[in-house]
Amino acid sequence: MSWETVIGLEVHVQVNTKTKQFCGCSTEFGAEPNTQTCPVCLGMPGQLPVLNIEAARKSVLTGLAINADINLVSKFDRKNYFYPDLPKGYQITQFPLPIVERGYLDIPVKDGEKRIGITRIHMEEDAGKSMHEGLDGVSHIDLNRSGVPLMEIVSEPDMSCSDEAIAYLKQLHQLVCFLDVSGANMEKGQFRCDANVSVRRKGEPLGTRAELKNLNSFRFIKQAIEYEVNRQIELIEDGGEVVQETRLYDSVKGESRSMRSKEEAHDYRYFPEPDLPPLRFTQQEVDTIRAGIPELPGQLRKRFETEYGLSPYDADVLTQTRDLAAWYEALVAAHPADPKRCANWMANELLGRLKETGTDIAASPVSPQRLAGLLERIADNTISGKAAKDVLDAMMESDDDADAIIEAKGLKQVSDTGAIDAIITEIMDANPDQVAGYRAGKDKLLGFFVGQVMKASRGKANPGMVNQRLKELLKG
Amino acid sequence: MDIDVKKVAMLSRIRLTDEEAAELGPQLANIIGYVEQLSAVDTEGVEPIAHPHDIAMPQRVDAVTNGNRRDALQAPAPKTESGLYVVPKVIE
Repeated sequence: MSWETVIGLEVHVQVNTKTKQFCGCSTEFGAEPNTQTCPVCLGMPGQLPVLNIEAARKSVLTGLAINADINLVSKFDRKNYFYPDLPKGYQITQFPLPIVERGYLDIPVKDGEKRIGITRIHMEEDAGKSMHEGLDGVSHIDLNRSGVPLMEIVSEPDMSCSDEAIAYLKQLHQLVCFLDVSGANMEKGQFRCDANVSVRRKGEPLGTRAELKNLNSFRFIKQAIEYEVNRQIELIEDGGEVVQETRLYDSVKGESRSMRSKEEAHDYRYFPEPDLPPLRFTQQEVDTIRAGIPELPGQLRKRFETEYGLSPYDADVLTQTRDLAAWYEALVAAHPADPKRCANWMANELLGRLKETGTDIAASPVSPQRLAGLLERIADNTISGKAAKDVLDAMMESDDDADAIIEAKGLKQVSDTGAIDAIITEIMDANPDQVAGYRAGKDKLLGFFVGQVMKASRGKANPGMVNQRLKELLKG
Repeated sequence: MDIDVKKVAMLSRIRLTDEEAAELGPQLANIIGYVEQLSAVDTEGVEPIAHPHDIAMPQRVDAVTNGNRRDALQAPAPKTESGLYVVPKVIE
């Protein structure tokens, strides 16, 4: 009997505003505990929330980028629950009328693209942070995060395997980075995912779902979904039944456990937030925000393929982030003669070296202009591609430009016909048997001669020229 | 109107004795019953409203206006340690 998996994802994206959703406290990450709080985000009596309009605009921007409908009127609601990291005793969120509804993302799958529906994006506020480790009978609470703006992005249950879920998440992650609406750093909890997972026999109605919480890396999300799918299938095949529950994934043990006790308390008693009137945007305001949408990854990828003739693979690598794409375009601007060479050297050589040291492209020790200087020397045959890799190594360690390094290392390629012919003649004189062999039809001996000439020139002879002159002179 | 007083108390994190629950049940039912009279109003054709006042959403520009007032703000807390609030253990 074959099984189908049904996955829907809820992603909490921290909006990268300077201040919190409803008060003027800083959202800076890593501050001393409880130094970025005020009576509003501490839930003190009588305090009133005032909306950060920038957070609302960024939510609209995100909605437009997923081709969604923007609700010109949306409203806020209270979601009530008790936990010490939620000092008000409720979270301000949007329940029946969120700011964004009915969008989608197209994700890459094996045989093309698949459209994943996005039900809604609603604005809400984050809770504080609780710490339990190493504490005896108590928990510690830091409320710096309390009230930080979040967008909750809820997908349709349109994904049918863990790979599709990851593809969706990566696409969404890349999108919010391009839009500059979130830092989206998963380790800092700026991009968090809950997964609703169910299984069913082919053709049957939807099964009961379990909600997986605490997923903070792409790898763990994949593991957690796969573990959950297997757990549910085994359970049903053994005659059991899946119960609707929240499960916490333990990435160390590689398994999840039920949080049933929390389930019982899941009665949020939503009601309209009386402290906030409805949020209204005019169509004109929405259009102004729409005009600010930057070139998005998909468009950028296609443009790199058509405008610069890049392979889909290179175009994909170079559009992973806005910084990468901008760096590439700066390189092409400095070396416009050959955009493909630019892509090869950036994607294969530069990024490879940066990866070794864990350096971000924005912090690359080699600037686009310096790399272009090196590419110029390959283009005009001053150095070979092989020597250029050594020059790049040296550039990573110093501020010298390509010409200075080529000079200092004596890497200048010999492209002078006379000098190359002289070496070739020498080699031919020293190897009469091979010359005779070649002339008798052993074409493969050409490689031997190329090797000898390159060796005699200590790698400096222009290989293209060596090939050409050898063929000429060996003819006799 | 039948009210599960124990459940409401649990959601509100209020500890009630059985006697208190028995006493509060009819009282809560009374209140709900009173408010229920609103259901009798004919709202056919009336546009739902999200807020009783027809006012624009007050807005704040995204600029930090609050500094560190931790000492003053933590003064009423029963217990703190190294700037953190200390509460009874909450993890399961």
